[in-house]
Amino acid sequence: MSDIVMAPSTAAPAKTGIRGWRRNPWRKPRVLQAVTIGYLLWSLIPVVIAVIFSFNAGRSRSTWQGFSLRWWTGDPFDSLFHDPTLRAAMLQTFRLSFLTVLIAVPLGTAFAIGIDRWHGRPARPANFVMLLSFVVPEMILGVSLFLLFTNLFASLVPLGTAAQWLGLTTFQMSYPVIIVRARLLSIGPEYEEAAMDLGAKPGQSIRRVLLPLLSPAILASIAVVFADSVDDFVIVRYLSGPANSEPLSVKIYSAARSSPTPAVNAAATVMLLATMAMIIVGYLVYRRYAKGTGDAGDMASFTQL
Amino acid sequence: MPGSLWLVLLFLLPFYTVLSVAFGTVEPFFRTPLPVYQPWYWSFATFSTTLEKFYVSPAIYQPALIRTFTFVFAASLICLIVGYAVAYYAARFAGKYRVLILVLLVAPFWISYLMRIYAWQSLLQPDGYVNAILERLHLISDPVLWLSGKPITVILGLAYGYIPFMILPLYGSLDRIEGSMLEAGRDLGASPSQTFRRVTLPLSKPAILAGLVIVSLPMFGDYYTSNLLGTQRTSMFGNLIDTSVYQAGQGPEAGSLVLILMVIVIVPMLYYLRETRRAAENA
Repeated sequence: MSDIVMAPSTAAPAKTGIRGWRRNPWRKPRVLQAVTIGYLLWSLIPVVIAVIFSFNAGRSRSTWQGFSLRWWTGDPFDSLFHDPTLRAAMLQTFRLSFLTVLIAVPLGTAFAIGIDRWHGRPARPANFVMLLSFVVPEMILGVSLFLLFTNLFASLVPLGTAAQWLGLTTFQMSYPVIIVRARLLSIGPEYEEAAMDLGAKPGQSIRRVLLPLLSPAILASIAVVFADSVDDFVIVRYLSGPANSEPLSVKIYSAARSSPTPAVNAAATVMLLATMAMIIVGYLVYRRYAKGTGDAGDMASFTQL
Repeated sequence: MPGSLWLVLLFLLPFYTVLSVAFGTVEPFFRTPLPVYQPWYWSFATFSTTLEKFYVSPAIYQPALIRTFTFVFAASLICLIVGYAVAYYAARFAGKYRVLILVLLVAPFWISYLMRIYAWQSLLQPDGYVNAILERLHLISDPVLWLSGKPITVILGLAYGYIPFMILPLYGSLDRIEGSMLEAGRDLGASPSQTFRRVTLPLSKPAILAGLVIVSLPMFGDYYTSNLLGTQRTSMFGNLIDTSVYQAGQGPEAGSLVLILMVIVIVPMLYYLRETRRAAENA
């Protein structure tokens, strides 16, 4: 028995050369492995190099001139923590992301509960429009919102923080809807029905039974929305007003088109750290809360929206 | 449902504004757009002149349109080929490194697109590492000006930027294919490549199409990749919109361009939505 199984793999080395290697069905997938490793290096090394260059001693972002903290804290004018425009941009980034989470997540959660529990006429078109806002190229939404705030709402909402906040929330709302809805589908309506059978009012059953059950999904949404808001660039750029309403991403873009210093690398690194921290915390919390419910700890399910 | 109200106010209303601006006129003195909100007064003059810039000589917008389709096609193809190989490896052979590989595959998702393109912009400088390595390998003798409007740079940049969106759906679908199906194929006498062609590939077809749509949609609206890695000579549809938005008197034209882009992407978009709904219903 074992002889038969072993036969091909012991015979294979005898057939030397490319042909023999190609014919051997037990060969290791070397080509695929090489492609995968190559891809991972291709995708991550440029970013690592960009982070390293934020510690460059010279002005260049492409030639290494020694290590220093000049562009982080050292330089009294041009470093990330001293340049007033970069500091304002950092603040603006975190302010916008925080405000967006504050509205987008509750609104999205309510929306998800609404379309899931209301099986009816309004649910379908509402869901359709929501998904549309998820897949529409950001460019289209950004320019549309820009035209909205400069024309129809011109006297209502000026370009700047308020407009950016509204725009980001619109774009980000679909994340909590999708995440919470997936969780709702996996929970099923039984828990709420049991609560109502036991005498809870619909509002009570949502507050005391459904929301605790949804908490991992809600926490995951907070992490995703925050991280994605920090990275957002297209919408925020079209809706930014005065210079101090430009967040880091917009500053990086404008700097990249003129003459960037490694302070831009430092700014990008701050964004990177903020998103990564948020995602890791979100993931850990999600895993902890979702334990024992069957869909715990699957990195792919967490990100595959 | 406050969520729906929000969407109506800030998602549907903006599109209506686009229509009104596109079909409106321009204030003659300040050259700011004067939207017309009553559909019965809409004028289609600007829209049709804008449209004509794509095909009536001198079709000044035509090169950008052709470029957009070429770039998006080439970049999506690269995404598919590389992405499929990577997803296939991660789903079938990763073994004990599976979690690590997955984390690394997901990581680019959470690194800002801008930073990733900025990183490449630095590497591709005339004195950057890409040229340094190529010179070290004696593949080139003089620094290559990668950022001087080379289509290949922009195409690779687009592929680099959007490939994670391709890999994850492919991984999800390849991961769900049961090993027993592949074994059945092999037991019935198929060679490995036949098994791949006749079992794996058909089973992953929906994910391939979904992946292609999800990477090409944002590419159609992309202007920053071309702006950061190319020049005027690589400008795409997104660049047309981006430049006209900020130009005085070009408001209606920007609106018209957004509408045209919308028409281009609406079919793949609806297709994607239908497929995801079907997948959700089957699950």
